[in-house]
Amino acid sequence: MKFQLTYKLFGSSAVLVEWPATISKDIIQDIISFERKVKEIDSILDTIIAYNSLLIRYQNPIVNNEIIISQLKTKYEASSYSIKQDQFLWQIPVCYDVSFGIDLEEIACKKKCSVTEIIRLHTEGDYLVYFIGFQPGFLYLGGLHQNLHIPRKSNPRVRVDKGSVGIGGSQTGVYPQDSSGGWNILGKSPLNFFNMKASNPCFAKPGDRIQFVAVDLHTFYQIEIEVANQKFKIKKSLL
Amino acid sequence: MIEVLHPGIYCSIQDQGRFGYAKMGIPQAGYMDTYAAKMANALLKNDEGAALIEITFGQGKFKFTSDTYICITGGDFSPKINEKLIKMQSVYPIKKDSVLSFGKRVNGARVYLSVKGGIQTETVYGSRSYFEGITQKKLGKGAMLPILPIQKDTDNSFSRVRVSEKHFTTIYLPCLKGPEFSKLNNEQQRKLFTSFSISDDNNRVGYRLKESLENNLSSILTSAVLPGTVQLTPSGKCIILMQDCQVTGGYPRILQLSEIAIARVSQKISGDKIQFILEEYS
Repeated sequence: MKFQLTYKLFGSSAVLVEWPATISKDIIQDIISFERKVKEIDSILDTIIAYNSLLIRYQNPIVNNEIIISQLKTKYEASSYSIKQDQFLWQIPVCYDVSFGIDLEEIACKKKCSVTEIIRLHTEGDYLVYFIGFQPGFLYLGGLHQNLHIPRKSNPRVRVDKGSVGIGGSQTGVYPQDSSGGWNILGKSPLNFFNMKASNPCFAKPGDRIQFVAVDLHTFYQIEIEVANQKFKIKKSLL
Repeated sequence: MIEVLHPGIYCSIQDQGRFGYAKMGIPQAGYMDTYAAKMANALLKNDEGAALIEITFGQGKFKFTSDTYICITGGDFSPKINEKLIKMQSVYPIKKDSVLSFGKRVNGARVYLSVKGGIQTETVYGSRSYFEGITQKKLGKGAMLPILPIQKDTDNSFSRVRVSEKHFTTIYLPCLKGPEFSKLNNEQQRKLFTSFSISDDNNRVGYRLKESLENNLSSILTSAVLPGTVQLTPSGKCIILMQDCQVTGGYPRILQLSEIAIARVSQKISGDKIQFILEEYS
């Protein structure tokens, strides 16, 4: 599927390519596939993927923007090949105990349902990884159930623990490091979402899917120890 | 080795920064005043990417545990070797056990201490630049930073340069239109090119400006940002993103500073004036 794209210069040495301004899985898959083709160009410094955009940074200032942009357009239009990469569904253990899910009761109260129902809704489907930003290893996930859409907290917390799983607006995600944050916290995952010791510090990539699997406190601590000893293998299946 | 006797307000190891890892959410980081940092390395005949120490407000104190050559560039905070004033942008041979300290501020905000061969701390994802969660802990008192031994045949003829005062005093920041610039109305555009002042909220992540623009723009779908991107927040404040900024953001990106403009901003302090100057895309 091809989209109507716009190409804008962004500073002296980057081109911002924009797709229609909506969050959709067709758009992100198209961006991911285009990004792989763009990476074949020699003079690329870095790329940044987001919901409906791809920033292409060049090593040197762009001298002739018409040539650069027409080269990108040709790459995009070349439908004769596509570069495929395996995409995975990752099963992420989350402990929804109220000692971790510090906002669970308040959310249940606001949504006029039980805590069990909140957990059921959060674990029922899977979520598409759109891109990684905000912090190293922070996954922007799409697919939160309509009934879990909830405003961010009006006073963000100064500290949210690493591994905390939250919801805010129509988004859900996991804090990869201790940080400040305004999301409503449902639980905690014992996994590292950014691990400098691993050959690949961020196991998930744009286009992968995430499913949250509820575990009890005992299992949480068991997994936490296995993670610390680098013994834990995250369950994954090919999409 | 260099021993950090005192880190001052803030100091960190920096080189050109990390590239190729933005997709994992890893920020670029890297030296703030590219102009000063590259000059320090050039004068020492180091590689352009050699790591150096960036010292905010120049109040750090450092001891050299081996012989080396050093060069100080960037903001002038009256650098001294063993209590004797030394010149900026000049290479000095340093004897083992010498101590580098600083005195009163003459100009600027960030000082660069470069040593022959560059600081040899661990390289993570192609860079030695400090970033929390990526590199080793912050530079604190007692930290030992490895440096290279001096080669016997080291060419010890070095030049020195004078830096124009303008780098520190000019208020002008050349920039290009950002992706959402065209959404600004005429009045907002007029106001954007008047003078602004730097607020107290300024650091390696970003510089927030004091004055406000009337802002009726809506947020954008989260998209890429760069060091030097000027964002317009819902309250009408402008933020100039700097080297440690995140890789994506949701505020409209109204301007993009040139490299020299970012270097100039990094030498500004709270209360300093700045004015954006629009240049055309070639």
